[in-house]
Amino acid sequence: MLLAVLQPGGDAATALYIVAFSLFIIGIKRGTHPTTAKQGNLIAAAGMAVAVAATLLLDGMGNWGLIALGLGVGTAVGVIASIRVQMTEMPQMVALYNGVGGGAVALIAWSEIRNEIAEIDAGHISSVPLDILIPILFAAVVGSVSFWGSNIAFAKLQDLIPTKPLAVPGQQVINGVLLIGILAACVSIAVGNDDPSQLTFIGILVAAGLLGNLVVLPIGGADMPVVISLLNAFTGLSAAAAGFALDNVALIVAGTLVGSSGTILTMEMATAMNRSVANVLFAGFGGAPSGGAAGSGEERPHVSIGAQDAAIKLAYADTVVIVPGYGLAVAQAQHAIKEVADELEKRGVTVNYAIHPVAGRMPGHMNVLLAEADVPYENLKEMEEINPEMGRTDVAVVVGANDVTNPAAKNDPDSPIAGMPIIEVNEAQQVIVIKRSLSPGFAGIDNDLFYEPNTSMLFADAKQAAADIAAEIGNL
Amino acid sequence: MTEITIFVLAAFVGFEVISKVPTTLHTPLMSQTNAIHGIVMLGGLIVLGYAGDGLEYVIGTIAVAFGAINIVGGFMVTDRMLGMFSKKPKPKADTDGKGS
Repeated sequence: MLLAVLQPGGDAATALYIVAFSLFIIGIKRGTHPTTAKQGNLIAAAGMAVAVAATLLLDGMGNWGLIALGLGVGTAVGVIASIRVQMTEMPQMVALYNGVGGGAVALIAWSEIRNEIAEIDAGHISSVPLDILIPILFAAVVGSVSFWGSNIAFAKLQDLIPTKPLAVPGQQVINGVLLIGILAACVSIAVGNDDPSQLTFIGILVAAGLLGNLVVLPIGGADMPVVISLLNAFTGLSAAAAGFALDNVALIVAGTLVGSSGTILTMEMATAMNRSVANVLFAGFGGAPSGGAAGSGEERPHVSIGAQDAAIKLAYADTVVIVPGYGLAVAQAQHAIKEVADELEKRGVTVNYAIHPVAGRMPGHMNVLLAEADVPYENLKEMEEINPEMGRTDVAVVVGANDVTNPAAKNDPDSPIAGMPIIEVNEAQQVIVIKRSLSPGFAGIDNDLFYEPNTSMLFADAKQAAADIAAEIGNL
Repeated sequence: MTEITIFVLAAFVGFEVISKVPTTLHTPLMSQTNAIHGIVMLGGLIVLGYAGDGLEYVIGTIAVAFGAINIVGGFMVTDRMLGMFSKKPKPKADTDGKGS
């Protein structure tokens, strides 16, 4: 027979797992260059296929009907969701996929503790070895936190629940008590490892789920990428822990790879916002804006213009910089903005795009959206590259961006976003801000940019406004 | 100890391989690594494959379905994202001067 049945933990199974995670490493490596990234993803997917095949060939596997059911349902959901999802909804999709991964880890941990208890009851072992029990507990806690936390992140990004920071009084205390309770329960199971209580274990799963909810709920939408990235790393580590419990080298290596990558990405994102990860997690942005003189009720003078005025300003400029933000992503205005840029380029205007490191909902998210609209790669300028050019820019167009352009980050040391790197649009000769209203952004603070004398506000939906401006420029 | 050794080495490999990614590719990379932790589906398969009672069947089947969503959805979404980069004309040549 060609396909011999593999022994769990045997040489053949391990060899296939080594092939699988080697492909993961090559895949990730290829994923670091734009030209090879697509191929890298396929290589990693091939590695996954090898790992799954090796597992299905393990000796003694049964319940094929249920395995087919689980695989079939999961694959169908994954395929349909991935085909239907809009590019703008990508971050919440990642959150959701991350969540189910964490959920799977928690379920596996539960099943493993049940196995160990059954072994004790059957008299095969007298106690659960700690090098199995500790990873199971770790996987249970972190998997459950990741599952429930990701679901909240998904719900927030999908606008199912308010994206604003939701402050619960005594939040920190409740979280602290929950965490201590979880740790205490884990210790009690580990100490009494000759008779672990399944009920206590389920209690740990529930408490960890609650903790996941409570930690993510107060976090504002702007910080969500950091949180998703952190949860991604957590899920990776919990998968590695499940690998320790199951004695499965593929899980250990792949989970750890994700854990280390997610950690780096998380720190990079937090750095881009000039915040620490701890700060993101424990200090909800803007619950009560302390800095800034203006109260939200106060009406401040600003200049409001229409699409035609904006078109004229743009058409007679030499250099235009477009600053796309989260609002552009929500309004799906990337194609309409590209049309404006095309019309301007026809007239000889130089158009560049300034991409803040955290524009959109994740680092690189805005690049994906603009690439979708066929914006040439060379026209996308990073913040450090474009800021020195701002003084020589005739018109800066801010589309659905807010906090990342707020001069208060530079000028007002009391501002909650003080020190956050911004795109210095206020240095440009003129600024056009396309936005629905003067309402504050995710940080919940007023943007001084809107009230500067050289700023014109165009109140509209980003997509509609961009289409109108493109039409007006065409008519000039 | 062997497993701990593997764990530590894997952490270093991940760190080294990943720390060289340009910002542009962060979202696709995050999505790809997200798909890779779908490897937990193997755990689900093992649990379900050796399961012996009713609750185990339920837990195992859900774990496999969750894992499959994570894997299939993750890789497909990453592929879609990266497809958007590849269809643009020619990314390099002439990047220094003014085009033309």
